[in-house]
This record gives sequence, structure tokens and C-alpha cells, in this order.
Amino acid sequence: MIYLDNAATTMQKPDAVIDAAVLAMRSLANPGRGTNESALSAARAVYDARVRTAAFFGCTSAERVVFTCNSTEALNIAIQGIFKKDDHVITTDLEHNSVLRPLYLMEEQRGVSLSFVRSDANGNISYEDFDALMQPNTRAIVCTHASNVTGNVLDICKIGDIAKRHGVLFIVDASQSAGCLPIDMEACGIDVLCFTGHKSMMAPQGTGGLCIGEGVDIQPLKVGGTGVFSYSKNQPEQYPTRLEAGTLNSHGIAALACAIDYIERIGITAIHEKEMALMRTFYDGIANIEGVTVYGDFSTAIRTPIVTLNVRDLDSGAVSDELSVTYGIATRPGAHCAPRMHEALGTVSQGAVRFSFGWFNTQDEVVEAIKAIKEIALKS
Amino acid sequence: MRDKTLKLVLTFYTTTAAMAMERLCADVHLPGRLIPVPREITAGCGMAWCAAPQDRQNLLNAAKSAGIQISGVYELML
Repeated sequence: MIYLDNAATTMQKPDAVIDAAVLAMRSLANPGRGTNESALSAARAVYDARVRTAAFFGCTSAERVVFTCNSTEALNIAIQGIFKKDDHVITTDLEHNSVLRPLYLMEEQRGVSLSFVRSDANGNISYEDFDALMQPNTRAIVCTHASNVTGNVLDICKIGDIAKRHGVLFIVDASQSAGCLPIDMEACGIDVLCFTGHKSMMAPQGTGGLCIGEGVDIQPLKVGGTGVFSYSKNQPEQYPTRLEAGTLNSHGIAALACAIDYIERIGITAIHEKEMALMRTFYDGIANIEGVTVYGDFSTAIRTPIVTLNVRDLDSGAVSDELSVTYGIATRPGAHCAPRMHEALGTVSQGAVRFSFGWFNTQDEVVEAIKAIKEIALKS
Repeated sequence: MRDKTLKLVLTFYTTTAAMAMERLCADVHLPGRLIPVPREITAGCGMAWCAAPQDRQNLLNAAKSAGIQISGVYELML
């Protein structure tokens, strides 16, 4: 199989990451629960991962790295833990449901009002719209770093500047960019960065987290066992314990630390360049095929390695199925959990077929994918 | 049970701070180890840093300069 669905999850992981997960499963007990040697080994592994994660994303301290099972959980913690009655939030049409649904929940439950920076038909936004949408009660900008549909990247440093100028919080969904593009929270004025481990970071599913800037107050989404202050009725106030109830996924977190080490050893720029080269080869090979429509802006150097397309008016699910069954190529059709993005692209009924490239893909695989699309377009 | 001697015990608000203390002490060569929080301090669970009483000031200085929050400082027979 040729795996080109890396934006959903990187199925191929570095051997070192797999080995780290296996070793952790063989040797780590419950982190933060007792001081027997295997429990301490687990706590040390988790702490090491916090230190590495903080450094990787430019977070001020390891204590402000909170581990979750994915971006969605991190975004729910941030969104449900920050917004209060009558707050106003600015977000964009590019968002995944992991941002949209928690925001809609806050709209329904707490009377939070929402404004959307609109996308054009190419998946681009106007940054001036953030300024124009500001209100006296605006509490935050919540937005993705990169669209999971088009691969278009937002200039988060520019948005961070806008947020700071207006004195509002800046919450970033880095699901598609963490591990693929460099992110520096401090340099870009990010107050909360939500990330997942299993996509471009090449770590196991069930890993992720949020990095919290100084002075940001987040109420816990869940409370429970923490390994400290057991006789208190309340969840401890200090980060990260405040937002981490229950046993952490120390096995996955140990592998996440290894994945960060792997990315840093290769260099995130080298990874991005390789993935961009794969994406460009594919784009150049299919963009001019008669009947193929490509979505997104390919005029920029900074993108994530995604090419999303349709073939004539064919159901995207049927095209993806044909790619899978006839050609052994894994892609993702449909709406990609990004309803407003597809509305902007005009692809609600058809969906679209997403090809997303990763570190372990090869140019030969891309050539096979181009050949497959040419044949499908020719025969349809 | 081992013989008891006077020990310095530092407690923390979070496991993360306790782990930070362990790493710091290894880095600056201050001996000690993590132990369960003794019941004389609290009946709850959690980790504490156990060290020699004569290292008290060095430990507190090191923790302060590293930004590690300590919730309590005790001397106990352990």
C-alpha cells in the first residue's frame, strides 16, 4: 500500500519511536503514583517529555506543558476552561470540528458569541478581518495554524501580533503543523498551543497536549486522581496537575519524547523540505490533467504537504475507494471534519480527495499516485 | 526497617515539580532521593525530596534559582 493519508495520522513511525513505546510498556509503571523504581521511571519519562515539548514549542516551562490524548481534548480543555458567559471569540472558516464544536457548545451553554474570519474560494483569509471583528468583549482568537483540507498555512505570528494589540488571548490549533513547521509560542505571542502527537510528530495515537503561556487561567475540564493532595476535595491549582486528572499515557508520552528527539536530529526544516518536494511533484503532475480540480493556494512557499482535489463531478468517496482498491493508495475523501472550509471551497456535496504526504513517502510513490489520477480522469 | 536518622524533607505542589527537583539535584550534584511524602507532613500521597539537613540552604537556593516551587520544608527522623 502507498500511504498518502498522513494528515489523518502518520501510519509509518520511526523505528526508534516504536522501540521507545515498547520499552516503556515493558518498564514503566504509573507516573506520579508512589516512589517505587518503576513508578519513578515513568515519572522521569513524563517529566523528560515535558521538558522536550516545552523546548520544542517555545513554551516557558515544563510545568506549563499539559498532556492529553489528542488535540481535540487539548482544545476542549482550553475552550471550555477559558470562556465565560458573554465572551466573544473570533475564529476562522478554516477550522476543524475539534475547534468548531467546543466553540458551538460554549455558544449554546454559556452564551459565548462567535465571529468568523471568512475564507475565499482558494482557502485564504484577510488578516485585517481579525481587527474588524474585534468587540469590547472579545476574549480570544482561536484558529488553526494550517488547514487540514487545503494545506494553506496561516501566519500565526501576524495573528499573534493582532491578538496582543487588542489584549485578547491567542489559542492555536497546531494539529496539522506540529512536527511539520517550526512553532515558537513566545515569538508568535501564542497563549495556548494545542497539538497532537500522532500526525506530523510521528508519535503514537493517544498523545498530545497543550502548552500554556504565562498568566493564562484555565479551569479543569475533568477532575480526579492526581497523586497529590489526596484528602483535598478540590483539584490542585498548579499546572500541569490542575488539568491532568487520571493516569497519564506514559507509554505514549515516552514515545512522544523520542519522536521529538527524532525530528530534532533530522531537523524540522529538512523534514518540511522533503515533504514539500513530494507535494510539489504530485501537484505539478496532476494540476493540469483535464477534469482535475485542485483546492488551496500553491503560490506560497510555506504550506503543509497536502493536495486536495476532485475528478470532474465524481463522488470523492468513490475516487478514494478506487484509489484504494485498484491502485493500493490510501487517501481521505469527504468533508475532513471541516464543514466551513468545504462550504467556502464549494465542495459540500462532492467532498474532496485529500492526498497528504509524510516523511516516509518516496518520489516513486508520488509518481504512482499521479499515474492513478491520470487514469481515473481519463476513464471517467 | 532501617535505622532512622534526621533528614531534610522538601515537599511540592505537583509531581512535575518533584521530578524537576530530582533532575536539578542530579545536575548540581546535591545528593538525595524521592520518597513518598511522610505521614508526619500529610496523610495524602505524593513525592518529597529527602536529603541531608546540612544541604538545606544549598537545596533551597538551587530550587529558587530554578523556579521550582516548594510547598514545605521539614526536618524529620526517617
